[in-house]
Amino acid sequence: MLEFKLSIKNLLGAKLRTFLNLFVLSISFVVIILLNSLMDGWDAQAKKDSVEWEYGNGHLLNENYDPLDSFSILDGHGQIPNNINNLTPILVHQATIYPDGRMMSIKINGIPKDQKAIKIPTTKISANPSKFPALIGKRMAESANISIGDEVLIRWRDKNGTFDANRITVIDIFDSNVPTIDAGQIWMSLDNLWEMTGFNNEATFFIANDLYQHSKISGWKFKSKETLLKVITDLVDAKKSQQAIVYILLLGIALLAIFDTQVLSIFRRQKEIGTLIALGMTRKRVVKLFTIEGSLYSFFALLFGSIYGLPLFYFLAVEGFPVPPADQKVGIAMSDFIYPLYGLKLIFGTVLLVIISSTIVSFLPARKISKMNPVLALKGKLQ
Amino acid sequence: MNREIINLKNLSKSYNIAGKPFYALKEVNLSFVEGEFTGIVGPSGSGKTTLLNIIGSLDSPSGGEAIVLEKNISSLNHSESARLRNYNIGFIFQVFNLLPVYTVYENVEFALLLQNFSQDERKKLVLQALEWVGLENHKDKKPDKLSGGESQRVAIARAIVKKPKILLADEPTANLDAENAHSILKTMKKINKELGTTFIFSTHDEKVMKYLNRTIILKDGNIEKETKK
Repeated sequence: MLEFKLSIKNLLGAKLRTFLNLFVLSISFVVIILLNSLMDGWDAQAKKDSVEWEYGNGHLLNENYDPLDSFSILDGHGQIPNNINNLTPILVHQATIYPDGRMMSIKINGIPKDQKAIKIPTTKISANPSKFPALIGKRMAESANISIGDEVLIRWRDKNGTFDANRITVIDIFDSNVPTIDAGQIWMSLDNLWEMTGFNNEATFFIANDLYQHSKISGWKFKSKETLLKVITDLVDAKKSQQAIVYILLLGIALLAIFDTQVLSIFRRQKEIGTLIALGMTRKRVVKLFTIEGSLYSFFALLFGSIYGLPLFYFLAVEGFPVPPADQKVGIAMSDFIYPLYGLKLIFGTVLLVIISSTIVSFLPARKISKMNPVLALKGKLQ
Repeated sequence: MNREIINLKNLSKSYNIAGKPFYALKEVNLSFVEGEFTGIVGPSGSGKTTLLNIIGSLDSPSGGEAIVLEKNISSLNHSESARLRNYNIGFIFQVFNLLPVYTVYENVEFALLLQNFSQDERKKLVLQALEWVGLENHKDKKPDKLSGGESQRVAIARAIVKKPKILLADEPTANLDAENAHSILKTMKKINKELGTTFIFSTHDEKVMKYLNRTIILKDGNIEKETKK
């Protein structure tokens, strides 16, 4: 295609101007892909961790229990229904611990020692000879200043409302990225919790495994994995919208540079335009030539961006993007490193977005050529 | 007898300046036959360039008719005008108007690219055209490395490479020294004789006069005098 070949020649001939435009545009490419891939990576990682550590294949909740309302813990439990399969019961109870004499309200989660629904290391409870062995997460350990082997005084009310107290032994501190199973919580054997509270054979909710097929159970409501993960999806989407402002600004600057170059080109190259028309090129082809020239910036930017972008993407995919500890306290799963996820949809979507938008901003000023008087253009007069 | 290829009947061109019409050409009647080597002579503002632009279908008349190669210029749309120029008319400009990012070879080749010649044909024709103007050893140079005379030769090569029927040259020697001007004119004369191309110049350069077969003197948009050798 003649216009394509001529455009490449013109761009290569313009040297510094071409380089500056494609440099700015390549930054947009790299930043858009990087920011989105980090968000996608976080999203995928948060969902994976949440499923593995908390949600399983979904939760079957007591109809009176609302995980977001701590007042519902008191009445939000009931007898484990008969003939249930592929469900792991969890009993949630409120208590107070006194680490180093400090009072701290916590939530006790009773979980079967032999469960495999989530990654809480409950097998360690079976293997430990302590009377009340307990597991805590790294956040809980940090906030309560508790270490493995520490004995902590715990006080709770039993089913009759009577206060009782004992000592639990912290036998392990697990490292999970999911704060909702960690901060302010203690995990212990369900049998122990039944014994402590008197709520024998009762549960607050169940964690479903992959084989679970839900059928309606009176007094219990099922929330699928997808429903539970919606919180993360919504949060990531909200974050993505905020980041979109950054790359829209970046892309805007790059497109403005192309637009500016095109406008300037059409003014500066009027003689050239007039000559092309005099040599027999139709105005339509001249418009096409200038439009292709502008949109080719995006193509060259893609190549140029690949030179420094691909090693950067590869490095981050291998090493991960470090997340400051403060950022990890956002309330959903976030690890110390986020590993970006480079999806085909993201890459092709970004390439298409930049190419289409640069073509549009190239075409807008180039339209002026179709109305140009070739005689004045040959003289280089402003039109 | 040579065929008439350009016929101008009562041709006028006016511009609106400060609400008043200004006539660049006033009812000009002229005709040109194949193979002419004609100069349109006159001072600045006499209408020479306007006349060439209308013949070249870059501009349209305000009144009268301009029939070029049996096509009425007034009735052509943009694409038809472009087609007429592409296949039949070559232009040579005072300031050369070479495309700065292309080499000499590519500048000359450009005219052929628009006509979809094959690469081999293009190469043959471009080298032939460069040989005509004596620039075969400069084909890889960019225009900014050429002298004024060399640049104008490239412009001539670009204009003749597609072997047009008409070649319009707007003050082709105005930016050249005497030696280069004579050399360029000799080259054009040679092309005129050997290819039979019709040359129409606009000029007020005395040096050009002796090469012309026909001289048309324009003044204030009117034909003042016409001489033939």
